[in-house]
Amino acid sequence: MFEASERNRGNRRVEGLFRLLFLWMTCMLILPVALILGVLIVRGGPAISWEFLFTQPLNNMTAGGILPALVGTVWLVVVALIASVPVGVAAALYLSEYAPDNRLTRAINLAIINLAGVPSIVHALFGLGAFVIFFRLGTSILAASLTLAVMTLPVVIVATRESLQTVPLAFREACWNMGATRWQTIRKIVLPNAISGILTGVILEVSRTSGETAPIMFTGAAFFLPFLPQGVLDQTMAMSLHLFVISTQVPDVPEHMPFGVALVLISMVLAMNGLSIAFRVYLRGRKKW
Amino acid sequence: MVSVPVQAGATAGYAVEVEDLAIRYHGKPALSGVTLQVPTHEIFGIIGPANSGKTSFLRAINRMDLMTAGMEVSGSVRVEGRDVRSWRNPYALRQRIGVVFPLPVGLPLSIYDNVALSSRLRGTRKKADLDVIVERCLRRAALWDEVKDRLDSLGSLLSGGQQQRLTIARALSQDPSILLLDEFSIAVDPVTTMRIEEVLAELKSEMTIVLVTNLVQQARRLASRTAFFLTGELVEVTETETMFEGGAKDPRTTAYVEGKFG
Repeated sequence: MFEASERNRGNRRVEGLFRLLFLWMTCMLILPVALILGVLIVRGGPAISWEFLFTQPLNNMTAGGILPALVGTVWLVVVALIASVPVGVAAALYLSEYAPDNRLTRAINLAIINLAGVPSIVHALFGLGAFVIFFRLGTSILAASLTLAVMTLPVVIVATRESLQTVPLAFREACWNMGATRWQTIRKIVLPNAISGILTGVILEVSRTSGETAPIMFTGAAFFLPFLPQGVLDQTMAMSLHLFVISTQVPDVPEHMPFGVALVLISMVLAMNGLSIAFRVYLRGRKKW
Repeated sequence: MVSVPVQAGATAGYAVEVEDLAIRYHGKPALSGVTLQVPTHEIFGIIGPANSGKTSFLRAINRMDLMTAGMEVSGSVRVEGRDVRSWRNPYALRQRIGVVFPLPVGLPLSIYDNVALSSRLRGTRKKADLDVIVERCLRRAALWDEVKDRLDSLGSLLSGGQQQRLTIARALSQDPSILLLDEFSIAVDPVTTMRIEEVLAELKSEMTIVLVTNLVQQARRLASRTAFFLTGELVEVTETETMFEGGAKDPRTTAYVEGKFG
């Protein structure tokens, strides 16, 4: 009565086959990541030293360190965050908590999706035209960061909106029914419970911003500038552009240097992502419903 | 019928007066032609099968149509003698009306903060005042003894029955003159249901209660008068005892309370 039919056996074989197939695909996914990291560590590792991280580039960037690029990237990312997070979170709050479902809202949503799809080089040219020339910011950290901010705004909006939507509607209804305004409801219930998702989105944005090259190339990042920036209207070096420059534009760069720069850059990104994952795990443990 | 004067200008004796009320969602009618009065300090029952417009009726009373996309209300709804649409501040109207939902909603705050929320929204900051309000409301909702040692733990992690009493305590913290209950027992065990019913019977002396219920017998136990809603219409409003003893005016009402459909 319980004997497997030919059909059962066939199903089991197919089941095993698909399991292997999916496992294999997953391994394929990990492979490039592992390779990139492996190569960078092996070939760039020897370049990393105190001196490499904390001194100026020397001899036409063929020796010395990467301090101005490192500091410049931090400047660019921080200013971009200051510009994009308040705008992005406010827009997401409006779209998620206030906006009626009408043509204007749908148009805004469409615009956000399209903004996310604009190639970064187009953003670069937009930034050059708008911030550098029209608003007369010149090639500066401010212009470059604003360009980055415009580019990453959709990421912040989408991440924020999604984490706002995870807060059940019943909580909002309960507050509204007791006479709370929409803003009181947002402040007391919605935001405190969505903040982890929002921060995760922000951290992901940081890691993305720090690696962008095209948008800052025309707007604020310098080819070679062996000084630390003093303010947002200065130009600056940046890790991503520095990597491009010493890999392709400068002769006689010792081979380990570009790998070292890439390793530092990817370490920054991975550290950020790690932080975001740790944060998410921590907050999931404190989930309140 | 008890007749208690409420406030100057109010129609004496009625907490809620509804005239020719119609509700639509995105143009689709959910309820129409409802005219009824709810006397003050009475438990007013509303029974009827699903989709008969009971919840929509409650939402029209506290102007939740403003917060609901596509919901339109026509006709007149008067609370304590005043048309709800004449309140320039609907938030103040909602503060006077406590609402309890079918599924308990413990907000993701501590038990204490759940009950203190409404007072805090109204600007009460003093801890001593809040302590008094929280204890009084939890006691009246028959929850105090179970939670008094863990007021700091999360309200949203209480059991279903406890959360429903927490919801009631939160509604009472608004110091409402009207309490709207929407099928409160749907996710609550029978013992808790009975305890809440006792609480409601006591609260009747202080406030008007509109009790939408899925349990016909619950209306019989609690309500002085009961309205029967069916597919978006008010079939009738009758003294509860009359309705349950075969005295309903409409045969559909008798059929429903005898369990022949619904």
